[in-house]
Amino acid sequence: MWSFFHRLASPKHFYRFADRLIPWLGWSTLITFIIGLYLGLIVAPTDYQQGESYRIIYIHVPAAWMSMFVYVVMAIAGGIGLIWKMKMADIIASSAAPLGAAFTILALVTGSLWGKPMWGTWWIWDARLTSELILLFLYLGFIALQSAIEDRRTAANACAILALVGVVNIPIIHYSVEWWNTLHQGPTVTRFGKSAMATSMLIPLLTMFLAFKLYFATTLLMRARVEILERERDTTWMKNMIMGSDE
Amino acid sequence: MKAFFHMGGYAMYVWPSYGLALVILLWNVILPMQRKKWHIASIKRRLRRAQDEK
Repeated sequence: MWSFFHRLASPKHFYRFADRLIPWLGWSTLITFIIGLYLGLIVAPTDYQQGESYRIIYIHVPAAWMSMFVYVVMAIAGGIGLIWKMKMADIIASSAAPLGAAFTILALVTGSLWGKPMWGTWWIWDARLTSELILLFLYLGFIALQSAIEDRRTAANACAILALVGVVNIPIIHYSVEWWNTLHQGPTVTRFGKSAMATSMLIPLLTMFLAFKLYFATTLLMRARVEILERERDTTWMKNMIMGSDE
Repeated sequence: MKAFFHMGGYAMYVWPSYGLALVILLWNVILPMQRKKWHIASIKRRLRRAQDEK
């Protein structure tokens, strides 16, 4: 078990591992999305308060959950890279950043599209929305900082510190709807206790959440693979692998 | 079918949400695929050039 993880720390083994896993993950993602969309758009009943507009939840909530989850993955990977100087950890952190930013943008825009018909406004500076916007800036800051510093090691360390400091924003986003009086509704799905949502609406949501998770795993590996190609292009194993697959 | 696309009058909010999701999710799949192809081609080119010079 440990030797498996140990080997994954080497870009060479990670590349092979990703190559083998990506097709499986990719197809599972697609199938889960199709099931989730079918359940969410066709099977799930109309909401008695919000009508059909509530169906935005099947994009908005998974995207928002992922925006926070990816940040934690990025910060942990950054921290591991910072402490143990692991090349693969830096690659994971920098591959996660643009994906997290994409999920955050999706959560913000779909939230806005949902807010307009329900609250009558596209945007309001309340705690939930503002802290989610800060999350976007943290991701963008990470990406900008990385491209601004020439030396990879220094860039990775600086970015890891930024990511770790920014983790403080995650519980703020999560609890913002409880700590402050906001327009944003409270959590519909809670880990403990009864969920405030009907099962017929909850199952599509959880399916979409699984689809987003699988999607993240797939695209994270795809991005990591590209990063490895870029960083290891002068190594012998890379040259052998590429010429070997050619002829 | 018409009712489905109408989304109870919320079509102009629901469909852009799903549309944007599609665009963003597809973009993050296509981009790394293209970059992978580009990197492999560029490494091959460099290796060929190095071989020709020998």
